[in-house]
Amino acid sequence: MRVTQGTFSFLPDLTDEQITAQVQYCLDNGWAVNIEYTDDPHPRNTYWDMWGQPMFDIPDAAGIMMELAACRKAHGHLYIRLSAFDSSHGWESVKLSFLVNRPVEEPGFRLRRSEGEGRNIRYTTDPYSTDRPEGSRYQG
Amino acid sequence: MQEIAHTIKGKDRYRSGVMEYKKMGYWEPDYEPKDTDVIACFRITPQDGVDPIEAAAAVAGESSTATWTVVWTDRLTAAEKYRAKAYRVDEVPNAEGQYFAYIAYDLDLFEPGSIANLTASIIGNVFGFKPLKALRLEDMRLPTAYVKTFQGPATGIVVERERLDKFGRPLLGATVKPKLGLSGRNYGRVVYEALKGGLDFTKDDENINSQPFMDWRERFLYCMEAVNKAQAASGEIKGTYLNVTAATMEDMYERAEFAKQLGSTIVMIDLVIGWTAMQSMAKWARRNNMILHLHRAGHSTYTRQKSHGVSFRVIAKWARLAGVDHIHAGTVVGKLEGDPATTRGYYDVCRNEFTRQNLADGIFFDQPWASLNKLMPVASGGIHAGQMHQLLDLLGEDVVLQFGGGTIGHPMGIAAGATANRVALECMILARNEGRDIVREGPDILVEAAKHCTPLRQALDTWKDVTFNYASTDSPDYQTSVTAAA
Repeated sequence: MRVTQGTFSFLPDLTDEQITAQVQYCLDNGWAVNIEYTDDPHPRNTYWDMWGQPMFDIPDAAGIMMELAACRKAHGHLYIRLSAFDSSHGWESVKLSFLVNRPVEEPGFRLRRSEGEGRNIRYTTDPYSTDRPEGSRYQG
Repeated sequence: MQEIAHTIKGKDRYRSGVMEYKKMGYWEPDYEPKDTDVIACFRITPQDGVDPIEAAAAVAGESSTATWTVVWTDRLTAAEKYRAKAYRVDEVPNAEGQYFAYIAYDLDLFEPGSIANLTASIIGNVFGFKPLKALRLEDMRLPTAYVKTFQGPATGIVVERERLDKFGRPLLGATVKPKLGLSGRNYGRVVYEALKGGLDFTKDDENINSQPFMDWRERFLYCMEAVNKAQAASGEIKGTYLNVTAATMEDMYERAEFAKQLGSTIVMIDLVIGWTAMQSMAKWARRNNMILHLHRAGHSTYTRQKSHGVSFRVIAKWARLAGVDHIHAGTVVGKLEGDPATTRGYYDVCRNEFTRQNLADGIFFDQPWASLNKLMPVASGGIHAGQMHQLLDLLGEDVVLQFGGGTIGHPMGIAAGATANRVALECMILARNEGRDIVREGPDILVEAAKHCTPLRQALDTWKDVTFNYASTDSPDYQTSVTAAA
C-alpha cells in the first residue's frame, strides 16, 4: 500500500527539484520549515521525531535541502516529512506538510474490530510495522 | 439622499394618535453610530408615493420599539436610546425605486449570544410591513462587544486541519448519491469507495435523516465501518458527515451522541432546524470535540431574490456567530446560484479575521471577528476535476470542495472518481506553489498530471465541456469601490 498522508501523496514521489520549489514557496511566505521522521505511520501519530529545530531564519531552500539530505542519510529507510509553520495571529499552525521520503516497502495497517453490544464495533488501526520494536522497523 | 431631521421633541411627541415614523425619532440623519451599535443595511422598495425616508424610519421603528400609534408607556423608558435610528438613505445604483437604508441599533436591544433574539428584532415583524413593496437585509455590522458574546465555530478551520492532519490544500468531499433510497449497507459502500479512492470526507445529503429505506442507526453503523476501513487502507484520517437533523432536539442529541460513541469526527445539521437548534448543536460540538457541518438547506427561499429577503452574507455572519464549523457558500462555477464577487464576499465573511468594507463584493461594513474561529466554506453542486484550477483560484485553499456527481458519476467507478479529484487537486497545488499561473495553464497542468493517472484522464474526457453559464440573480450593486456608511 501507499500511505497518503501529506499534501502530495497522490502524485509520483517528488523530485528534489520539486521539493526545493515547495520549500522556497514556504520560505517566501515567511514560514519556518521543519523536518520530521518516523517509523510509526499511524494516522494519529502526531509527534514524529524532529530533525533538529524548525528552521526559522533560513532564507534559501538550499539550506533546508542540505538538512534533508543529512536526515535521509540517517533515516532514509523511514518516513520523512517537511512541515511549514505560520506564526501569524489567527493561524499559528502548520500551513503545508508533505512526505519527502518513504520506506521501500509499506506494509500498511491492520484494522482490528472489537465487537460490542448492539452491533457497535470499536475500531483500532495498527501499523504492521509497529509489530516490531521501535528502531528495528523497516529494516527489510 | 441626505435630509434634515424631523423629530418632534417634548410633550408633542407623545400626543395620542398616529404620527409619521420620521417624526417619532426613527430618522436621525445627524446620528453617528457608536462602536457598540449593531448596524443593519436594508434594501427598501417603498410602495408608490411613499417617501423613502419615511419608509426607512418605519423599518427602524418596526424593528425596534415602535408600534403603529403613539403610546404613552414609551415615557416610562429611556426611549431615545432604544429607538433604532435610520441615519442614512442612498439610492441603489441602477435600480429605480430602491434605496439602501442604514439603521443603527443600541446594543442593549439584544440578548447576548442569541441569534434568535437578534433575528426576532431585525427580521421579525418588519418584512411584512404594508408601506413597503419589498425589503431585503443586505448586511450587518456586528460590534466587537456583541461578537464576543458568541461561542463561534466549535472547532474552526485551524483546529479542524490539525485534527485531520491535512494542510495546504482544500479538503475533498462528496455527497452520497442517490440521496434517497439506498439501504444502510449500500450507502456505506459508496462511502468506502469514495474515501478509499482519495476523498477526505463523504457527506449525507440534507434530506437523508431516518426514512423507511434506511434507519439512521443503520447508516451510522455502516458508514463508520466504511470510514475506519478506508482509514486503514490509506493511513489517512477520514470522515463522513453524519446528518443528525431530526424532529426534536432530544432526537438530535441522541443521534449525535451515537455518532460520537462510534468514533465519528464530524456530524451534520441542516439550516432548517433553526438558529436556536444550531446554537445548541454548536455547544454540543464544542463540548464533545466534534466538527459541525451545516448544510444551508432552504436558504434560497429568502436569499436569492435581490429585492426581498436576507442576503446570504448575513446568514453566513449569523452562522459564524452561532458556531458551526462548515457552511455551504457557493461554487461560482457549479450548478447553483453564485456570482464571483458576491461569493468572494461570503467566503471573506467565513474566513477573515477582519472583514473590510468592500462594496464591489457586496460587503457594506468593516466587520471585526474578535478572534472567533474561522468557518470553513464548502463548495458543492455541479463541480468536477476539470475545473480544479478555477476552483482553487476563486475559492482559495481553506475550503471543502465537494464533488458528488463528479466522484460517483466517474465512468470507472467511485474510487476512480475520487482519485481523479485528488490528483487534480494535488497537481494544481503543486503548480501554484511553484509559481505557475494556474488560471491560464490549468488545463495543461491537468492534462500533464493525467499522463500518470488514468482516472483523471477519464474524468477530463467525460466532463470537459460541462459548464453552467447562467446570469446570477444576486450580484453586487456597486461595480467599483465607493464610500458607504461606517
